[in-house]
Amino acid sequence: MTSLSKDSQPAVQPRSSLDKNLDRGFIWLTLLFALAVAGVLIWMTVVVGIGAIPAMLKYGVGFIFSSNWDAVNDEYGALPQLYGTLVSSIIALIFAVPIGLGVALFLSEDYLPTRIQVVIVFLVELLAAIPSVVYGLWGIAVLVPIMKAIGGQIYNLFGWIPIFGTPPSATGLGMLPAGLVLAVMVLPTIAAISRDALISLPPDLRQAAVGLGATRWEAIIKILVPAAFSGIVGAIMLALGRALGETMAVTLLIGNSNNISASILAPGSTISSLLALKFAEADGLQVSALMYSALLLFAITLLVNVLAEMLVRRVQRI
Amino acid sequence: MKNSKPSMLSVVDSTRRAIFVSCIALTVGLTSCNPPKANNPSAGDGTSPSPNAGSPTTPGTVSTSPSGSGPNVGLNGAGASFPAPLYETWFAEYYKKNPNIKINYQSVGSGAGVKQFIEGTVDFGASDVAMKDEEIAKVTKGVLLLPMTAGSIVLAYNLPGVEGLKLSREAYADIFLGKIKKWNDPKIAAANPTAKLPDKDITVIHRSDGSGTTGVFTKHLSAINEEWKKGPGEGKDVKWPTGNGAKGNDGVTYLIKQTEGSIGYIEYGYAKNQGITMASLENKAGKYVEASTESSSKALAAVKLPENFRAFIADPEGEDSYPIVTYTWLLVYKKYDDPTKAKAMKDVIKWGLTDGQQFGDKLGYVPLPKEVVDQVSKAVDVISP
Repeated sequence: MTSLSKDSQPAVQPRSSLDKNLDRGFIWLTLLFALAVAGVLIWMTVVVGIGAIPAMLKYGVGFIFSSNWDAVNDEYGALPQLYGTLVSSIIALIFAVPIGLGVALFLSEDYLPTRIQVVIVFLVELLAAIPSVVYGLWGIAVLVPIMKAIGGQIYNLFGWIPIFGTPPSATGLGMLPAGLVLAVMVLPTIAAISRDALISLPPDLRQAAVGLGATRWEAIIKILVPAAFSGIVGAIMLALGRALGETMAVTLLIGNSNNISASILAPGSTISSLLALKFAEADGLQVSALMYSALLLFAITLLVNVLAEMLVRRVQRI
Repeated sequence: MKNSKPSMLSVVDSTRRAIFVSCIALTVGLTSCNPPKANNPSAGDGTSPSPNAGSPTTPGTVSTSPSGSGPNVGLNGAGASFPAPLYETWFAEYYKKNPNIKINYQSVGSGAGVKQFIEGTVDFGASDVAMKDEEIAKVTKGVLLLPMTAGSIVLAYNLPGVEGLKLSREAYADIFLGKIKKWNDPKIAAANPTAKLPDKDITVIHRSDGSGTTGVFTKHLSAINEEWKKGPGEGKDVKWPTGNGAKGNDGVTYLIKQTEGSIGYIEYGYAKNQGITMASLENKAGKYVEASTESSSKALAAVKLPENFRAFIADPEGEDSYPIVTYTWLLVYKKYDDPTKAKAMKDVIKWGLTDGQQFGDKLGYVPLPKEVVDQVSKAVDVISP
C-alpha cells in the first residue's frame, strides 16, 4: 500500500479510534446545541403560557377584541396593542422593502468600484448594530420635530384620506414616526440579506440571460430577482420579525395611547411597548394579562413565518 | 481547473464572510433591543465583602466612627425608583464613614420591591406605596414600614410667556379628565386674571409605565374629585382619559419640554433640576401654593402619623400646605437571622434619619419633620437578631 502511494498520491491513512470518537462526540455536541435552542423556545412558550392561563380563563377570546386596559378595575384587552403592532410594522415594511431591495440590487451589481462598494456594504450592515434605544432617541430628537413641523400640513392636504384623518398630536409622537424609525431599523436586515441572496446566485444565470439578449434590467427583474426570491422573502420576514418585536425605539416614539385610530398621525401602542412599560409594576391579574399579550405576539410572529414559508414554496413551484 | 479553483473558493469565502458579518451585526442589533432589566440580587450573599473595599486597608482613610471596625456586612435592597437617588447617596456616604458596611440598592420599582421583600430575596425593600395588610401578613419575619423621606409631585407645564400659573382644584382635575381642552378655558382664566392665556390645545402628558408617582397623583385626584374617583380611579397604572404617555419621570419631563401647550405631573426634584415651570395649586384651605420644600414639609407636619406609619396624605390640611405630597417607605424585617445585619440595618436607618436628611434638600426631597424622625427612630429599635 505504501509502495503504491509513493508514485501516485499520498495514501489515506485509516482513521484512528480517537479521531472517530472525536467525530462522533462532535455530532452529539452539535445535536445537543440544536436541541437546546428548540428547548429554550419551547420552555419560554410554556412558561409564558402557564403565566397567561388565569387571564385566558377570565377573558378568553374577548381579550383580543377588547380595547380596555384598566389596572384599577382589573379589566384587560389588547386590541389597540395588536392593531398598533401590525400597523407600525406594515408602515415600516412599506418604506423599508423598496429602499432595502434597491440598496441590495445596487450593491450586488458592478456599478461601483469594489473598494467603495465594500465600504458601503459595511456601513449598511453597521446600521443593524446600532442599539435600538439610540434609534429611539434619534427619532425623538430628529424625526419628532420634523413631524411636528409637517404633520399639520399633511393633515391639511390629505386629511380626507382616513389614514391621515386626525390632526397630529402636539407632541409629534404617533404611529407614523414609530413606523418610520422601524423602517430605518429593519432596512439593513433587508438590504444585507437580499444582497447576500443576490450575489450568491450562480454567475451562469446572468451570463445566460445576457447571452440570450437580455438587457441588464431585464436580467435583474426577470432572472436574478425571481431566482433570489426565497432569500429576499426570508430577509423581509426577518425584518418583519424584528419590527413586530421592537420595543425601546417604538416605546419612545409611538405615544403609548390606548386608542385605535385609522389615522397614522395619531398615537398608538404596541404589544412589546405595553410589556416594557407595564411589567415592572404589574401584579396579580395584570401580570397574567401581560403574559397573554406576549403569547399573542408569539402567535403573530409564528403566523408571519408560516405565511412566509408558504409564499416561498408557492413561488418556487412556479 | 487548478487556476479557477482558488478564485471560486474566494468567491464562496467572501459570500460566507458577508453572511457571517451580517449575522453578527444582526445578533448585536437584536440583542441590544432588550433593555437591561435588573435581576434579583442573589439571596444570601449578604456577608460577602465588598469588591472595591480598597479603603479599609489604607490607614489614611479608615474612619474614626465607632462602627467602622466591625465585621464586614453587606445588605441588599430593592424597590422604588423615586427615592433611589437619595438612598444611593446615603449608602455611598455611609460606606465612606463605615467601610465595612456595604449596601446595595436596586431601583426596580415599588411593586417589584414589595414582591422581592415578601419573597425574602432582599434584606430590605422600598416603596412609594405602603404595603397592604394582606401583603404584610405574608412576611413571617415581621414587617416595619419606615418613612425615610418625602417628596411632592408638581404639575409642570410648557406655555411660553405664562409664568406662575395658578390652577384651582377643579381646573387641574378637569384638565386630566380631558374636560378642559384649551388653555384659555374660563376655569383656568378665573384664577389667572393677569396672565395672557393662549387659545391653544392642552396636551396632557402622563406616565405610561406603572409607577408610584402615578399612584400618589391619582390618589390625590380621587380625593378631590368625585368624577375622577368613579372614572379612572387610583392606582399605579390607570386608564387615562386623555393625553400622551411617556416612560419614567425623565420621559415625561422631556416630552413636556419639547411640547408647547403641554402639562404633566412629575416629581418636584426633576422639575427643580430641569428648571421647568410649575403651577401653583389650590390646596384644601383654598389657597394657591407653590411647590417648595417648605410648603411640602408644612403639608407633612399637618398629618399625624399612626403607630404603623401608614399615613396616606391624599389631601393635606393647612393654609400653606402643598396639596400633593407623599412619604416613601423603607420596608425592613423585624427579625434578621444574622445579628450583624440587624445591627447594620438599624445603624444605617438611624443615620439616614438624622445626618442623612441634609442630602435630601439638594436632591429635591422633603426632609422629615422632627416629630416624625423621633417617632421612627424609636420604632427602629424593634429590629432584632
